[in-house]
Amino acid sequence: MIWRVEIKQKSGLLDSAGQAVLKDIADLGIKTVSKVCVVAVYLLEGNVSREEAKRICEELLVDSIVEEYAFTLSASKQSQDHHIIEIAYNPGVMDPVEASTIKGIRDLGVLGIEAVRTAKQYHLYGVLGEKDIEQITSRVLMNKLIQHAIKSQAQSIPTTLMLAAAPKTKFDVVVVELLKATDKDLIRLSSQGQLYLNLNEMKAIQAHFKKEGRNPTDIELETVAQTWSEHCNHKTFRGIIRYREGKKGKAKIIRSLFKTTIAKVTYDLKKKWCVSVFHDNAGVIAFDKDFHVCFKVETHNHPSALEPFGGANTGLGGVIRDTLGTGLAAKPLANTDVFCFAPPTTPEGDIPTGALHPKRVMKGVVSGVRDYGNKMGIPTVNGAILFDPHFIGNPLVFCGNVGLIPVGKEKKKVQKGDLIVAVGGKTGRDGIHGATFSSGELTSESETVSSGAVQIGNPIEEKKVLDALLKARDKNLYTALTDCGAGGFSSAVGEMGLETGARVDLDKAPLKYQGLNYTEIWISESQERMVLSVSPSKIDELLQLFAVENVEAVVLGEFTGSGRLQLYFQGHQVCDLDMHFLHDGLPKITKEALYLAPTLKADKLFNEKDLTNDLCDALSHFNVASKESVIRVYDHEVQGTSVIKPLVGIHTDGPSDAAVISPRLGFKRGVAISNGINIRFGMIDPLWMAASCIDEAIRQIIAVGGTLDRIALLDNFCWGNPDKEDRLGSLVRCAQGCYQAAKAFGTPFISGKDSLYNEYAHKGKSLAIPGTILISAIGIVEDTSKVVTMDLKKPGNSIYAVGSTFDELGGSIYLANKDQLGQNVPVVRYKTAMKTYQAIEKAVKSGLITSMHDISEGGIAVALAEMAFAGALGVTAMTKDVPYQGKRRREDVILFSESNSRFLVEVDPRREKAFKATLKGVAHAKVGIVEATPELIVYGLKDQVIMNSNIFDLKTIWQAPLK
Amino acid sequence: MIKIPKVLVLRTAGTNCNEETAFAFSYFGAVVDQVHINELVSGQKNLKDYHILALPGGFSYGDDIASGRILANELRLKLGADLQTFMADGKLILGICNGFQILVKAGILPGLGSNEGTGLPAGRQGLPAGRQEATLFHNDSAKFEARWVNLSVAQHTPCVWTKNMDTQIYLPVAHGEGKFIPKDSVILDTLKKQGQIVFHYCTSNGMVPSYPDNPNGSTEHIAGICDPTGRVLGLMPHPERHFLNHQHPFWTRLDKKDKLGEGARIFENGINYVKDHL
Repeated sequence: MIWRVEIKQKSGLLDSAGQAVLKDIADLGIKTVSKVCVVAVYLLEGNVSREEAKRICEELLVDSIVEEYAFTLSASKQSQDHHIIEIAYNPGVMDPVEASTIKGIRDLGVLGIEAVRTAKQYHLYGVLGEKDIEQITSRVLMNKLIQHAIKSQAQSIPTTLMLAAAPKTKFDVVVVELLKATDKDLIRLSSQGQLYLNLNEMKAIQAHFKKEGRNPTDIELETVAQTWSEHCNHKTFRGIIRYREGKKGKAKIIRSLFKTTIAKVTYDLKKKWCVSVFHDNAGVIAFDKDFHVCFKVETHNHPSALEPFGGANTGLGGVIRDTLGTGLAAKPLANTDVFCFAPPTTPEGDIPTGALHPKRVMKGVVSGVRDYGNKMGIPTVNGAILFDPHFIGNPLVFCGNVGLIPVGKEKKKVQKGDLIVAVGGKTGRDGIHGATFSSGELTSESETVSSGAVQIGNPIEEKKVLDALLKARDKNLYTALTDCGAGGFSSAVGEMGLETGARVDLDKAPLKYQGLNYTEIWISESQERMVLSVSPSKIDELLQLFAVENVEAVVLGEFTGSGRLQLYFQGHQVCDLDMHFLHDGLPKITKEALYLAPTLKADKLFNEKDLTNDLCDALSHFNVASKESVIRVYDHEVQGTSVIKPLVGIHTDGPSDAAVISPRLGFKRGVAISNGINIRFGMIDPLWMAASCIDEAIRQIIAVGGTLDRIALLDNFCWGNPDKEDRLGSLVRCAQGCYQAAKAFGTPFISGKDSLYNEYAHKGKSLAIPGTILISAIGIVEDTSKVVTMDLKKPGNSIYAVGSTFDELGGSIYLANKDQLGQNVPVVRYKTAMKTYQAIEKAVKSGLITSMHDISEGGIAVALAEMAFAGALGVTAMTKDVPYQGKRRREDVILFSESNSRFLVEVDPRREKAFKATLKGVAHAKVGIVEATPELIVYGLKDQVIMNSNIFDLKTIWQAPLK
Repeated sequence: MIKIPKVLVLRTAGTNCNEETAFAFSYFGAVVDQVHINELVSGQKNLKDYHILALPGGFSYGDDIASGRILANELRLKLGADLQTFMADGKLILGICNGFQILVKAGILPGLGSNEGTGLPAGRQGLPAGRQEATLFHNDSAKFEARWVNLSVAQHTPCVWTKNMDTQIYLPVAHGEGKFIPKDSVILDTLKKQGQIVFHYCTSNGMVPSYPDNPNGSTEHIAGICDPTGRVLGLMPHPERHFLNHQHPFWTRLDKKDKLGEGARIFENGINYVKDHL
């Protein structure tokens, strides 16, 4: 039977959850709700007596100090003075608290419990129409992809909580007619099966099976589609491209964009400290004599567009598994997250059908990251949030993770005869077709067609896997491992068994519920699963170890040595594929790429006498504004490793540059982590966007005291449909920028990722995101006791501008605030930049720098203001003293240009001489003084006052937009 | 013979501050084992072999149902007798953040022994009462809060963990459910009378705080309490995260030469107590 329990807060207590919902409702524009109360609902199914149900409530579900409960037969009746809306998870969607609640009930000795589901009831007080209720339900309380509102008595207590098991019928192997298929049939097969393969690829499969003399089974076709998907195979980066610059430009054939740009940097540079690059789940570099560090950043854009919480949640969960699956497993140390959304102020009417409002997307994404990162006990130390109207149908969500791996554990090799062991979560229907889904464009129907691709993570499951895995690693209990990401077992086993071949009994996989067919088990993307290869001699010890940690571990099959992928279900063979064909059979196709430089208007500047308002506008631009409200919901200090936190300064609210952690408690060696991203530069020239992002990521690490020759990079390309020549053209140009800049700085790429097809089909038009590259950097910090933060420290100290400013307002925040893009995108002058960075590095090592901030969005003006209010100290600065090399000698250009490779540096007068000597040959000049009075005063070229404001007012303006 | 204090740092699914908590104790010479609760329940490891039980921060069982609830029940139901003996032997317990939530929800803190009508044997002072006398509930902000707070440290308290501490210390909090609510005013008054309220949130100059100086809306700004014996301490802020000086959020501004931060004394006191008394 089913017990239904409703738990509400005792009266007289603040209902903080209710208040939060009330605020969201008011944000929708519905102001007639006066109060919201939230009631928790549990449905308990099984052989449970009334006495037992009472005990479950009183000892487990209800906190008697603050809550009271009642058994109810159905959802509470609507009453006169308020409306009740009850939201439950859709059948098949994982209820995040089910597993632990069942454990808690069994701990009480109630063993008859079989299933638990939860729901939330919202009691809304106030006058509301049907339409208001519909709006509140769909826009605040639930996401229909995973939840529904309870409408009837039958729904509020269903007859069973368990998913109906499929009737046991004799199962048939489905054979797909491919040999006789016409081209038209092939295209139809691909689209109906959500395979996202083109005709050429379908024909290659057809040809292969003609040679085999038989038709493929459905699971064979699916396996090939997964392996060949853009997501898993990176066809664009590894394929052939015919690239032209300008309509009449000479065509250049690029054999592999990856090998000729990103990978070429690394192979050209041959850095000894690069331990493992590109081929593993994350890139690995040397840290100290005992450990290496690894770093990986991934995107989860499409799932986050549909279900922001689940998308970001599983995005972070996935990249953490990349760390776990690197070498023989690394320990996750830190997360970094970068998001791109449409502005939160976007009017509701501008939202395309099927898309969610950016405010809701942002809230869900931030909560998803908070949930997973905090519960895994991994600090989120660094990140960025950017806003641009182009992201309205397709937000970008980048999740990164840094790990620590003992020297000697960086390599893995599956041995013939090893057992295939699945560990972690059970397999369900979640995420079916995730890999292929992300290899196509979103449409307004995506939310219904692909809802199987949407899932919610279970961070505690992954934490258990992490704990067990690191113990097993240290006891050498397995020979190789990888995570189940896109493509599920199909990709994991396929990848690991590439050289040996594999045999898998699909019925052995632990299932969340019965009724999955063999293909679903094979390609499901259920979260929190890893695959290990284990020698038969170690299997008992391994299974025992996982049992102590309450982690399910099951032998699925064997890495055989046959060179074939053989799958069985209920004793029947359902798949017998040649591994060689699976991994190398993808036909190379040539894609066309055309880069046309955009036609842009020159900026139009005004002659303002006072630039204080422009400074305020820059500080309150969403990209520049404080992200404190987001940072404070992330645990950024767990593990105790933080040296420079995301917020620094005397009131712990200043924006730090790179994050610094010291991974080994009690040791001085550290790791700096930073990100460079700038969408508007890319709208002018993707090449200089890439170079600028690399410069920015490096410059932030230099700004905290990193070392230039120990910085490694990751690339993450998010682009539109690469089958369209203009999209691919700008992508090629961006990759060329990556090569040029990384090579010049001597900073190798160690890993990366691309997410293509970021387009949103709406009313027949295809809305592409602006091609965006994220450069993430990791640097080794030799001595964390010498790091530098950005907050001004002492009145009387001098402020230096280091590095020349140019007339480069193109893509700047200053122009954005004037609704212009401009033309003069900042370029990078590599030789000068290198010299600057090396000199700064030396100055930090010699202890000559008191504080330092990199100059980026908002230029010198914003950097100066941020340093001032972070230190709660004033500044006086002279525009005319800034090293400047532009033709237009204007205050606005000098103060707001976003030229690369620059810093503002605070120097104690006693160290000024040594500082100047160290910076010999590098453009630098004293431009100001730190003041005890809390005013920011900037003088113009004719020594007139052009900015004058109280720094605390500036801080308030900077904090307000995203508070 | 010099006694080497032994510390058990308890782990389960979702525990995540165990490493840094272990580091803090071992810094002062303790032998620290990080033990999964299954190892205690199965008898592979035994509480009686240790002097200090530390419940670190984290999200045991995901904070599902309510923070700390499921592990609190496990302690009470599966290890209750061992815990009673452990406390009766005069040994120490420290619960940080999730650990504090667990101690309160297991009825070990405040440990006033008001178990009338529970059907459990009459509790001795400081032993599990089997019934909650207080709770730690959702922050008033309805949000997870990661921020630094000032704490005033009680001067008249039986607490053995805070001996010779400065009157005010600076530690980080990181929690969504840290609002301390006593069951009723009798319990609150008893806590005050017995000096069991060890830490109060305060402003940077020691004054009565409002949000965010009190990050969760805790009753009378209570941040940490001990049991009547002073040997069991629970607190929401994380002393193990201000164990080293460079963990301070603006250490680059300070002229401190100390290697250790303001939370270190708690661990040192625990270890010294074991050396002196056990």
